[in-house]
Amino acid sequence: MYVIGERINGMFADVKEAIQAKDASVIQDLAKRQLAAGARALDVNSGPATSDAQGALLWMAEAIREVTDAPIVIDTAKWDVMQAVIPNVAGEKLINSTKADPEAAMEYIALAAANNAGLIGLTIDADGVPGNIDKRVELGAQLIAVASDIGLPMDHLFIDPVILPVNVSPNNPDHCLQAIGQLRSFADPPPHLVLGLSNVSQRCANRSLINRTYVTMAIAHGLDAAIMDPLDTELMDAVFTAELLMGRMVYCDSYLQAARQTKN
Amino acid sequence: MTIPDTSEKWASSINEVTIGATAEDGGTRTSTVTLGGAKALPFLSFEGSPGRPTAIAVEIWDGGAEAWPDQLKDAYGDVLSSPGEWAKKAVEFGAEMICLRLMSAHPDAGDRSPEQCAETVKEVLQAVGVPLIVWGCGVDEKDNETLPAVSAAAKGENCLLGTAREKNYRTLVAVCQADKHKLLAESPLDINIAKQVNILCTDAGFPLEDMVVFPTTGALGYGIEYVYSIQERGRLAGLGGDKLLAQPVLCDVGYEAWRAKEAKAPPFACVTDETRNEWGIMWEAATAAVLLQSGVELLVLRHPKAIEYIKQTLARFTQAAPA
Repeated sequence: MYVIGERINGMFADVKEAIQAKDASVIQDLAKRQLAAGARALDVNSGPATSDAQGALLWMAEAIREVTDAPIVIDTAKWDVMQAVIPNVAGEKLINSTKADPEAAMEYIALAAANNAGLIGLTIDADGVPGNIDKRVELGAQLIAVASDIGLPMDHLFIDPVILPVNVSPNNPDHCLQAIGQLRSFADPPPHLVLGLSNVSQRCANRSLINRTYVTMAIAHGLDAAIMDPLDTELMDAVFTAELLMGRMVYCDSYLQAARQTKN
Repeated sequence: MTIPDTSEKWASSINEVTIGATAEDGGTRTSTVTLGGAKALPFLSFEGSPGRPTAIAVEIWDGGAEAWPDQLKDAYGDVLSSPGEWAKKAVEFGAEMICLRLMSAHPDAGDRSPEQCAETVKEVLQAVGVPLIVWGCGVDEKDNETLPAVSAAAKGENCLLGTAREKNYRTLVAVCQADKHKLLAESPLDINIAKQVNILCTDAGFPLEDMVVFPTTGALGYGIEYVYSIQERGRLAGLGGDKLLAQPVLCDVGYEAWRAKEAKAPPFACVTDETRNEWGIMWEAATAAVLLQSGVELLVLRHPKAIEYIKQTLARFTQAAPA
């Protein structure tokens, strides 16, 4: 499972303060702790911490590069910021994210291809998040088609069918599962399927339980990446166990420990 | 029409482990052997680097070889009573490493003391320049006394010492670490336990990169298909990125093949006096040739003709196809 750690986000108070005080150690500590817990890549989002998203993202990327070569996932909805930041991030990187409208997707996919970056593509278009399965699959297929045209390899494309909170949109979690299954068989080799997992439980009780129940269901449908909190040990253990049950890992009595030690 | 490329792409590779230390590295070996490095399944070089060629170690005993079948006794002659001379003979027969099995440390087979075992190890190290595998007698309590003495006696020689097992690994891990030897981890034909032993040794502080695994060998007709499928499954997982299954694999072929009745006294009507003595050799070579295809880095063999046959087989399997 390609776990993308979600904790370096200006939404969180510690990160917000670190951005404002330019305290790299907080960012570096979160990077190291998430990787040690099993994250393979690190999402980086300046959130509401500053109006200078470009400066903050670059500063955080540099701080992270001082402690790890792990892929950095630049997370901003602003095209001009993304365009300015991506070429200046050293090492492996991903773009988070583009929508599926062909015009937007073409620009983002070209940016990814030109910088040898991965790309997270959302199954959202001008009409917003689809209310059914078919439209999600259609938008996902559109992303696959543009990526193939431009020459972005399938293992660089992460399709996100967009999970909404279960208390707001009760049918959405099931729609995402079905879309993951269908998109997985759409191309060979298939693109990655990713979710912004924590969103499923926004403003719900039992958040951690909802997250880990849903992630195991999604893995069973073919999810192979997630933006999530690797510091939630029970969540990570559920991920490892689901992978074991899907035959992606050889069992041993200490399989949890084995997975924790060697997944990164 | 273009033919699609259906070759497998592997995410990872088998660890490289070097056994033996020359003077430059603080030992007295005149050669070293590096195992592993494969980035694809064996002999599928079009899918990735095959890594280092499979190495051949020859098995010698510190005593008790009078019980060996005649075909082996005939091949080695009177050196069987002297581990040093025996090791020299084995090198003449093509051994790249010597696998010394401390049979007479066993409480029921001589119960030789740790000091005596250490002396035997020194004798073999002085007799030959190739790297050494030293294998305990398999009785936990005795191995835990013998192997520390052996390890200390061979300090600096970067030997492969075994075996660490699920219920007995701490002592061997500690001495291998202290004296800088490589570790042979054994599991009883069980991939789950193979992985478990590796993680136990890692937890005890031993680096995964310095381990070779022995998943237990069975001869042709004696469970070879289980051995094959377990080794293959381990190899697929290792190449797929499971770091706890990416260790080089040792197969104990000679020991197992010559236990088969077919090797010693073939019970078949078609056996003639001319062919009777060939059965053991063929049983040993066939067992090795089959297992090689599941991915084996180190073969432990006995009979010089089997060694020769396997060397030819390896050369044939790895030869470039005619253009």
